[in-house]
Formats: sequence, structure tokens, C-alpha cells
Amino acid sequence: MEATAAKPSFPAKPKAARSPGYWTMVGRRLRRDPVTMACLALLLAIVLSAVFADLLAPADPYKTSMIRRLKPIGTPNHPLGTDELGRDMLSRLLYGGRMSLVMGITPVLNALAIGGLLGIVAGFFGGRLNMAIMRTMDVLYAFPSVLLAVAISGALGSGLTNAIVALTIVFIPPLARIAETVTTQVRGLDFVDAARASGAGSLTIIRVHLLPNVLGPIFVYASSLISVSIILASGLSFLGLGVEPPQAEWGLMLNTLRQAIYVQPWVAVLPGALIFLTSICCNLASDGLRTAMEVKL
Amino acid sequence: MPDDNTPLLSVSGLTVSFRTERGTASAINGVDFTLKRGEVLCLLGESGSGKSVTLRALMRLLPERRSRIGGTVLLNGEDVYTLPERRMERLRGKAISMVFQEPMLALDPVYTIGHQIAETIVRHEGVSFADAERRALDLLERVQIPSAKRRLKAYPHEMSGGMRQRAMIALALSCNPALLLADEPTTALDATVQMQILLLLRQLQAELNMAVIMVTHDMGVAAETADRIAVMYAGRFVELGTARQVLKTPQHPYTAGLMSSTVHGNMRGHALEAIPGAPPDLTALPPGCAYAPRCAYAEAACTAAPPPETWLEPGRMARCVRACAAVPAAV
Amino acid sequence: MTSLHRLDPVPDIGGPQQPLLSVGNLTKHFPVRGGLTGPKPVARAVDGVSFSVAKGETLGVVGESGCGKSTTARLLMRLIEPDGGDIVFDGETVGTRSGLSLRELRRRMQMVFQDSYASLNPRLTIADSLAFAPMVHGVSRRDATAVAGDLLGRVGLDPGTFMGRYPHELSGGQRQRVNIARALALRPRLVILDEAVSALDKSVEAQVLNLLVELKRQLDLTYIFISHDLNVVHYISDRVLVMYLGKVAEVGPVEAIYGRPAHPYTRALFSARLSMDPDERTAAAPLQGDPPNPINPPSGCRFRTRCPHATGVCAEREPVPMDLGGGHIVACHLHDSASGHPEAHAYA
Repeated sequence: MEATAAKPSFPAKPKAARSPGYWTMVGRRLRRDPVTMACLALLLAIVLSAVFADLLAPADPYKTSMIRRLKPIGTPNHPLGTDELGRDMLSRLLYGGRMSLVMGITPVLNALAIGGLLGIVAGFFGGRLNMAIMRTMDVLYAFPSVLLAVAISGALGSGLTNAIVALTIVFIPPLARIAETVTTQVRGLDFVDAARASGAGSLTIIRVHLLPNVLGPIFVYASSLISVSIILASGLSFLGLGVEPPQAEWGLMLNTLRQAIYVQPWVAVLPGALIFLTSICCNLASDGLRTAMEVKL
Repeated sequence: MPDDNTPLLSVSGLTVSFRTERGTASAINGVDFTLKRGEVLCLLGESGSGKSVTLRALMRLLPERRSRIGGTVLLNGEDVYTLPERRMERLRGKAISMVFQEPMLALDPVYTIGHQIAETIVRHEGVSFADAERRALDLLERVQIPSAKRRLKAYPHEMSGGMRQRAMIALALSCNPALLLADEPTTALDATVQMQILLLLRQLQAELNMAVIMVTHDMGVAAETADRIAVMYAGRFVELGTARQVLKTPQHPYTAGLMSSTVHGNMRGHALEAIPGAPPDLTALPPGCAYAPRCAYAEAACTAAPPPETWLEPGRMARCVRACAAVPAAV
Repeated sequence: MTSLHRLDPVPDIGGPQQPLLSVGNLTKHFPVRGGLTGPKPVARAVDGVSFSVAKGETLGVVGESGCGKSTTARLLMRLIEPDGGDIVFDGETVGTRSGLSLRELRRRMQMVFQDSYASLNPRLTIADSLAFAPMVHGVSRRDATAVAGDLLGRVGLDPGTFMGRYPHELSGGQRQRVNIARALALRPRLVILDEAVSALDKSVEAQVLNLLVELKRQLDLTYIFISHDLNVVHYISDRVLVMYLGKVAEVGPVEAIYGRPAHPYTRALFSARLSMDPDERTAAAPLQGDPPNPINPPSGCRFRTRCPHATGVCAEREPVPMDLGGGHIVACHLHDSASGHPEAHAYA
């Protein structure tokens, strides 16, 4: 069947000017929203600084020094001070961001792929398949997310990969549920029936008619999970279930610095402040995206 | 209490505009009318004509942040838009109340019908709840809900569409309003039920000598209920007169066009005389008559400035440059 | 017709005498959530509906909400699987091994929905929406786009202006024209119009009705026109089918139904029509109460709970469809002298 081989966007070339598409409109609205733009810029800065940590870090994040322990912010050569083992805070924060972002974002992306697929399949085909998938999700959903993450992590043992697996499992049910809800909604619209009435197969309908209408809302929801994921990931590390010392990771740093809170409070709160900043930016950006996507089309 | 000769409602220079993404939408562009006690006025128009917005503006129900409202609305001589919100809340439901198109959305799903009516009565009149419940039962009987006593304890979702609309009417009548606003009250109903509700409204209106403003897109509903009809287009009254005058000798080309494009009687085998084009974009209204782009009789004067109100006789108005000349009546 | 040739027209098989569509005993009961004990409740949405549509005619279908008219449309398109009944399209039974495949049925029969906005994919341009069906049936993208342009012109929209637009940029009337164009993209012989003009403003409704009449003549189409508006059905239909609670109450030529309505329900529907004359207002409502729920419908004749002529026999037995002559068929004990209804002889 020729149509199945065609690309989903159907770039038919009309003679006349084409109206701006949905994503162009969303982009335009985003650009007019200063809060979201500021958050996105800040997030970009955090991501870039984590990616280029090797280039930006002034010192080796693992080099300890017994004489330079817990120096305050503004110490020469250590602009953000040093930690309880005398390691340069700025360098550790940059490297730690790398780990924290990986642990925050990867589980959401994994869950987006798995949960999204499950939800779309359940929503589109309905019936018993829907029942089977969604009831399984409900069982997972019944546990509080923190508890589930800690339990799975604890069972699998500490380590980066296990933490990511644990968080992925935590995020699959909410994403599957949202994907199923949105898909069921779109599935019930007349244009999907019209497409079925034209003789199109399920795959073609999903590709051309369903995905473009459901991916946006699922994606927005996933973006709002990133902040939760970063916090949970830090929490796991804090509890010793995620990254292991001497690796730099914000949650772990928060843990090891917690005894220094009375000695160098400003240094000790730095990792926490970054976790807070990143997650609030993610949330605000996600809200902004949701608002921008409410454009009627 | 003002005497019976002062109009119950007097609206002058009403304008409403909304801020939207695409610019300012001029929903109402100067509406003036008065309403006597016990009179039924139908606002007849298509989508975007401003008929529902007018109704909501009268009750001060428009979102204040997004809308700009001008002009005055005098209810019983009191200016609705200078009253404090507390006073307005007391007025709503007591002097003026409203029936909506979708009763399911207007009734509270978590309370029984009886409770909702009784609560309204208690709030407005301060009587005991038991007294209010007795009144609620009377009201349900009055709107001809069978086995009213049982229905008092029913939740909105347990009732059929027609019964819900009756309950909505009972709720609206709970404090004997002098003015009832009805926004397409029968549009969502089946034909046989629609007729029942229209007859009920007509009967209640006569019994209670209540003034009614009914918004509809259906000429049949207007013909069945109205004393006077105002035809709306792009936020203005384009024609005003008694139901007989407007429906039998329409003066505005839009009214005539609406009649000839409404399928009725036996028109089989003839092409319908449709009005070309579509209703105007409220964010970009033409400077002249908003109907001119669709009008078969448009001339240079139509596009220059909005035609003024032409009063053909007392109470009979058409907003058309040709209003003095005869417009061919509808078939 | 020039560039529509990219999809070959569907050949006529049985000649003009053979009905284009005949439906026998079509049934669909929806399971409903109900009590934990006792038999599982079902909504008898469509309960043994039979009718046929002749080539080139317009069959109007009227009835109130819950009468099953929209479910019937979806059953015909097989958007919902029927529980029972046969659909025969121009002599070929649908869904059997030797008969017509679903895919082929959907090439011959198309549908226009009521909600003009929900029936267009908001993320596709008008051109893409129109080109979709032909591409599914193997027409190349270029040809399908050309077909889309043709179709737009046919429904009175300028292709240059509308091809690249998105549905939200169009008015309700324009969107419904696009939906009609899409239904025609596969060159069907039968188009089901499910309340296709009901949501439009009166001034626009008249334009679309004129368009439908014109397209039918040009393209030699057959329509099933579903509506709650008796005036519009009168205007457009050749024959009319009246449904009540999942059953056919009456069917016949438009003159017979509108001139001599035989079923008490049809008569009630007609007297519930709004007067257009303020001097001749309706004095009394023809029926009391709402249509009953299709879950646990009344026994015997389904209309008996609201019928002014109902007697014992109406609750005991379901009326048999009686031919009053000229294809005017009514299912009511009043018209069956053998039914035992006391008033029956006066009618029969």
C-alpha cells in the first residue's frame, strides 16, 4: 500500500501560501512569554555547563585537600568554596550537574517511550488489551512514587543504572495513563472515524491522525515529570541508593555536606539550591509550554 | 417600587468587546431597547450576532477582566453596572434570573434538585429551609414535573433532558423574578420536548406576568413565543418590531434573507435562496453596515458608515439605508 | 469530472431496479454498566432495522435522540460492528467471503459527520485531509493533491485560498464543505449525511443544502440524509424513514409520510413542528414526557408509553410492518385489522 510508505507530514505542495502550522504557532506564543523564555534560557545554561563541565571546571573535582576543607564562597581559586574533603565546589557542581541531569532526564525519556507506547496502544485498540495494560499500570500506580523508587533501587542495589531503571519504572504508569487518556479522547473524534471510513489501516491512522494530536500533550506531561525525577534521583543518591562516592552528584553532595551546614551554610546549600533551581525551571517551562500549546488548531 | 409605567429594563448604548488573541472582538456595538413588565422579547440571530453576550451583559455575568463594557443597563431604575457586587448578587435570582441551553452544566451535580431550589429561596428570602422545601415542591409541580415529590430528591443526572430543563426553569422561578432571561432554552432538546418546554414557558410567563428575554437562532421559537422580536447581526439590532411585523413584513434584507433561507413548508424542488457568504469576523468589522458584504441591495452609502436606526413607526425600527423604501417581503 | 479519473468509478452491477443498499434486520445492543446481579443490561440502540435505498434517491431518516439513527449510520459504515443483520450493497453482501470487503464498501459509501470541526484533523492542512483517502487507496501524492484541488472547487471553495489552510481558520460552513469534499474524494455512490447541516447557521445551511442537491445531480449520488429537522428532510428527501427507540416506525415516499402520516409517532412529530406564524401558534404539545431510554425499552410497541391510542395489545405484541400501498409501510396495530386493537378497523 503506497500510502503506508508515505511520510506522516503529507507535505502536499499547494500553489497558495501555506498557513503557519501548529508548532510554528506554539513557538510564536512561547517567544511572547518572558517567564518561560527565561526558564528555558536558564535550563539551557545548566545543561550546557553540565555538558562542557570538563572545559569549564577550574579544578579537578576529585582532588581532595585536607588543609583546604570547607572554605567559604569567594576563596581565591575556589570561587564557590570547597567541600568537606577540600574539593573545589564549583567543579563538583558542574560535574554533579552532569550526573544529576542524566539521572533526572533519562528515566523520563525511557518512561516516555515505554509508557507512551503502552498508553497509545491501550487507548487506540481499547477493549481487553486496554484492560490488561491499564490494570497493570494501576497496580504500579498504587505505590507512592518515592517508596516505589526506593524499594526497586534497594532491591536492585545501588548504582547509576539501577537508579535509572528504578525511576523509569516509577514514571511509566503516569505516562501510560496520560497517553491512554489523550489517545482515547482523540480516538473518539470524528476525524479518526472519517479516516477509518476511508479504508485506512490502523498503522496509517495512528501515524497520520493520532500521533500528531497526542504527542504534544504527552510530551508536556513528561516535561513536568523531569523536575520530580531530578528530585527523586537526588533523593536516591542522598540515601546512598544512586550514585556512589566519590562521584559528584547534587543529591549525594547535599548528603555529604549536611554536617557542614553549621560551619559553611552557604556552601552546604549550593547543591540543594541547584536542584531547586533546575526543577522549578523545568516546572515553569513545562507550564509555559502547556499554555502555549493551548492554541486552538 | 416604581410604578408600572416605567420600563422594567432599559438598555442604552450597550457595547461589549473582548480581548482575544487575534485582536479586539466587538461583540456588541450599540444596543438600545426598553422592556415593559410582562413582555416577551426575542433576540433572534445567528452565531456571533451578539445575542447571548447581550443576555449575559444584562446580568453582569461577563468576565470583567477580559471584556470592556460600555453603556447603561437600568433594571427597575437601578444601574446594574454601578451596583456593588454584593447587591448585584442579591438581584440575580431575585429580580432577574436565567435559564441556560444546557441545564446539565447549569445545575450543580452534587445536590438534589429540591436542595438547590430550596437553598436559593433561603439565600434570597431568609425563610426556613423547611418552608423553602415546600415552595420547591410547589415549583416542581408548577413546571409540570410528574411525581414532583419524588423528583425533589433526584440529582440532575438522574433526570431526562426535558425534566432537567423543567427543573432549571423551576430554579430560575424560585424567587419570582420580574425578568427571566432564557438562552436557547430548547435548542438541545428533542422536537416533541421542545414544544412542551416552549408551551410551559409561555404559560408561566402569562400566569406570573413575568418579562422574558429569549435568545434564539430559530425563527419558529420566536414565532411561538415572542411579543416583540429584535433581529441581531454583528452586535446590533438590525430590526425591531412586534413578532407579527418582523416575521410578516421584514424590513431589513437580512431578516428577509434569513426567512427565505430557512426551510419551511413545502419548498421541494426549488433551490433555496441562501444568503451568500458567512457572518462577519468580529475582530475586523467593516466600517459601514456589517451585512453589506452579503447584501443583494448594498449601495455606496452602506459601506461608508453604519446605517442609523430608522423608525418606521413607534416601536418599529430597521437599521438599513433602504428602510423607507419597501424591501421585498419573504416568500 | 476530468481529473477525478485517477480513481476509477465504481461500476454499477445490478441495474437501476436493484436497490443500491438494502439492510436486513440490523441490530446493535450496547452493553451498559449496571447492577452486579441479574442479567447484564443492554441499550437496544438499533433493534432489527430493515430498509433499502434505491439508486439515485435520497432517503431521509428522522427521529429523536436515542432513536438509533446515528448508530445506524455508523453500523452501515461498519465503524461499529453490528450484532446481527445483513448489509447488501448493489447485490453484494458486505463482509462475507464472496461478497464485498470492508475496504471496498468504504470506497462505495462515505459519510459526513455533524461536527464539522471534530471531523477534520486539526494538524493537517485542508489539502492533506482531502488527499488522505485517495492516497490510502493507492493514488500518488501528486495526483491526490490534484484531486483535492478539484474537490475544493466542486464544493465552492477556491483551491488557491484553502488548500494550505488549517481547519480552525475556516468558518463552520466552509469546514462542512471540506467534509463533503472529503466524502466525495473516493468517488462513492452512496453518501451518508449524519446531521450534516444541523450545526450550521440557517443562512449557511441553505447554501450547503443547495450544494448537496447540486452535487447529487452532477455526480449521480445516492444520499441517506439523517436529521432531526423535519422541514429540511421534507425539502431534500424522496423517501423518509421514521425511527423510534431503535425500531422503524414508518417508512414511505415523502409525499405519503408528510401528506398522510400513519404512525401516531410520526403525527406527533409533525405537530411538534414550530409554527412560523405568530398568529397561528401551537396550542398544545402533541406528546408528554421525553423519549424513554433504550435500556429496557417498553414491551410490545415501543411507542405505547407515549401513544394516545395505546391499549392492551400494544403492550403484548410488537406491531408487524404493514404495507399501506405504494411502499408506505407502518408498524402500528392501528393499521393492522388483524391486530385486535379496538380502533384498528377505523384505520385499516
